[in-house]
Amino acid sequence: MTANGTNGPGGVPPTPSHTVGPFYGYALPFPGGEEIAPLGHPDTVTVHGYVLDGAGAPVPDAFLEVWGAGPDGRVPTADGSMRRDPASGGHLGRNGVEFTGWGRAGTDADGHWYARTLRPGARGRSAPYLSVCVFARGLLVHLFTRIYLPEDTAAHAADPLLSGLAGERRATLVARDEGRATYRFDIRLQGEGETVFLEYQ
Amino acid sequence: MTLTQHDIDQEIAAERAAYRERIAEGAPAGHHPRRDYAPYRSSALRHPKRPPVTVDVGEDPELVELHSPAFGERDVTELDNDLTRQHTGAPLGERITVSGRLLDRDGRPVRGQLIEIWQANAAGRYAHRREQHDAPLDPNFTGAGRTLTDADGRYHFTTVQPGPYPWRNHLNAWRPAHIHFSMFGTAFTQRLVTQMYFPADPLFPYDPIIQSVTDDAARQRLVATYDHDLSVPEFSMGYRWDIVLDGPHATWREEGR
Repeated sequence: MTANGTNGPGGVPPTPSHTVGPFYGYALPFPGGEEIAPLGHPDTVTVHGYVLDGAGAPVPDAFLEVWGAGPDGRVPTADGSMRRDPASGGHLGRNGVEFTGWGRAGTDADGHWYARTLRPGARGRSAPYLSVCVFARGLLVHLFTRIYLPEDTAAHAADPLLSGLAGERRATLVARDEGRATYRFDIRLQGEGETVFLEYQ
Repeated sequence: MTLTQHDIDQEIAAERAAYRERIAEGAPAGHHPRRDYAPYRSSALRHPKRPPVTVDVGEDPELVELHSPAFGERDVTELDNDLTRQHTGAPLGERITVSGRLLDRDGRPVRGQLIEIWQANAAGRYAHRREQHDAPLDPNFTGAGRTLTDADGRYHFTTVQPGPYPWRNHLNAWRPAHIHFSMFGTAFTQRLVTQMYFPADPLFPYDPIIQSVTDDAARQRLVATYDHDLSVPEFSMGYRWDIVLDGPHATWREEGR
């Protein structure tokens, strides 16, 4: 878009993106950010992995946001991901009952992250997936990607995104089954095995 | 060999010249930074080398990315947008009020959505353990806040003017004073994290972060305007800053949320 200050559909120029920098850690993460699944829910899955840079080194100052449909394919509409405590000014955490579908997971000193959420259901023409947005120091614009789960192979063949990708690129979007409903998904920001990142138009 | 401001200045100038050349060749305006902006050294190993894969949202309006996570009154307390009242005493520094509207690219307000901010204190120091700048912490200032936009997409924060601070991109590197902002839209595709600057900061030309936005008009959109009507008598200086979210969304199906 080249519009300059003109109104009308799509005509307002956007505010540019910037990096989150190194010091978001006392502001954006919140207790229970990674624990998206209601407590004891039978469709709970754990996704986890490393964020790696172009030298293969872990990135300790990154965070991911995970956003996905519920097991029935519906878009969650509940708020309450980061409930606040008006008495103390601190966080109450999630209530363990409602499913907001969204969470925030920081990498630790090893560059490792995890999130526990509900197995997403399929929507529209897509195979089930979790939407992921990656933020880091050094990253001037966040990166979108998706986590597909390995047992949905048949649906993957018909998925509009996956079916358009060559084998080794497509593999970067499919998590590895580690058993016990746990899946490994590494994010390689650059270089060999670079994760497929997405733009929406 | 120590990297100097002069080295960075030359790289910034080269990036600007390259951008002007792309525009002259007919490229569209670059609203956002390129992820591989060399003057910002931390970007070197953290940007993808391959172009992003395009998802055509028109082909599948059911994409979960066309919806946004919801935030509500439970996620924000009334005091969360006043960073000067989070401790027993008042923070040091010049009190400011920052207000504006959260809009989409059609100019429509984004209602009831979450805005989070964080910033350094008046001395230019973040309340973060890894922060090494030898400036005083303020026991009465943490520097993190959040709010929900109202029915007009409007937001409002009370805080103190953050100080500029040094960093280690190169020798004598200083960040212009800024407030970090994080926003959600009506679709996850509109997610935005950015920084708001203050008018006429003399550090702008030297800073590779703000200069990563190579388009002059786009860079200017990161700078708030002093607005005397937002200044509160006997209390604070007022700044106005409107935020416009990029990215496709699904408002043809549902107005607002």
